[in-house]
Amino acid sequence: MREYLPVLVFAAVAVLFAVSTIGVSTIIVPRRSSARKMAPYECGVEPVGDARQRFEIKFYLVAVLFILFDIEAVFLYPWAVAFRQLGLYGLVEMGLFILVLVVGYLYLLFKRAFDWN
Amino acid sequence: MTILFAGLAAVLVVSSLMVILHKNPVTSALFLVLAFCSLAGIYLTLQAEFIGMVQVIVYAGAIMVLFLFVIMYLNLGRDVETGIQIAVRRGLGWIVGAVLLAEGAVMFGRRWGLGPVTPGPSRPPVGNTQALGQILYSRYLFPFEVTSMVLLVAMVGAIVITRGQERARRESMGTRAGARGPGGRPPRTHAEEAVAEPGLAPAAAGEPEEQASVAGSARP
Repeated sequence: MREYLPVLVFAAVAVLFAVSTIGVSTIIVPRRSSARKMAPYECGVEPVGDARQRFEIKFYLVAVLFILFDIEAVFLYPWAVAFRQLGLYGLVEMGLFILVLVVGYLYLLFKRAFDWN
Repeated sequence: MTILFAGLAAVLVVSSLMVILHKNPVTSALFLVLAFCSLAGIYLTLQAEFIGMVQVIVYAGAIMVLFLFVIMYLNLGRDVETGIQIAVRRGLGWIVGAVLLAEGAVMFGRRWGLGPVTPGPSRPPVGNTQALGQILYSRYLFPFEVTSMVLLVAMVGAIVITRGQERARRESMGTRAGARGPGGRPPRTHAEEAVAEPGLAPAAAGEPEEQASVAGSARP
């Protein structure tokens, strides 16, 4: 566990920095609000509608496909670490794993899932 | 170590409580990210480095993106539910909570499934990730290969659901071309419209005054 001490120190400093900057600014900043200050600001343009708009489903499709390939990549980590112990056997089974997902990738390619328009 | 666990557990409990108690779904989702991160820290204290990192990469990184997407797609920015929906949900919540509590009681009472109590996790001779790799790609080879099929099915499912809706939209385009509102907005998919139509009236009715004042000047 001792090797994680730098990570812990880093995390503690990060939290401390965030808390202290926000905390100090809430304490010392004067608050004089006016109607003009509280108005929503959108690059000097009059705001149009609500920010919570529905957007197209293809963004969600990209997110789903990202997760699937993300999980595939996660499986590569322990395989790579234990590669020397697994040898050729491990190479073949990971080849099968990747092959199935390449079929999926080709399916996505043929279905034009990566085309934006 | 105990202090570290206590701190992480405290953050985990508080952020989990904020997830279910906060009114704004987006804020709840962000507190869920904090909960996942502190859970990853607890995994690290248990010397399960790989699981901890996966917790951050997959859950806090990727799954939460989907959660936020769903919140935005369903337009859950404000409460639009009627009384009966809340009542049903609350009832289900009590039932699920009772089951979870009973499960926890059984776990604590009988140490069910915990196995013999060891004095503490002994450091494996090789790294945790390496040990996991060795066992995952030898003894649990079949589940691992099945995982690739599961991922493939998920890919096909995602395409079929989204593309099928697009085709349905294109087919109904001719009949409903005049029904769409004024231009400027990108055309919505069939799925979005299906979600939108029942929710439109309550969302518009429940719009608070500050929204109306902001939008009133801009909207035609």
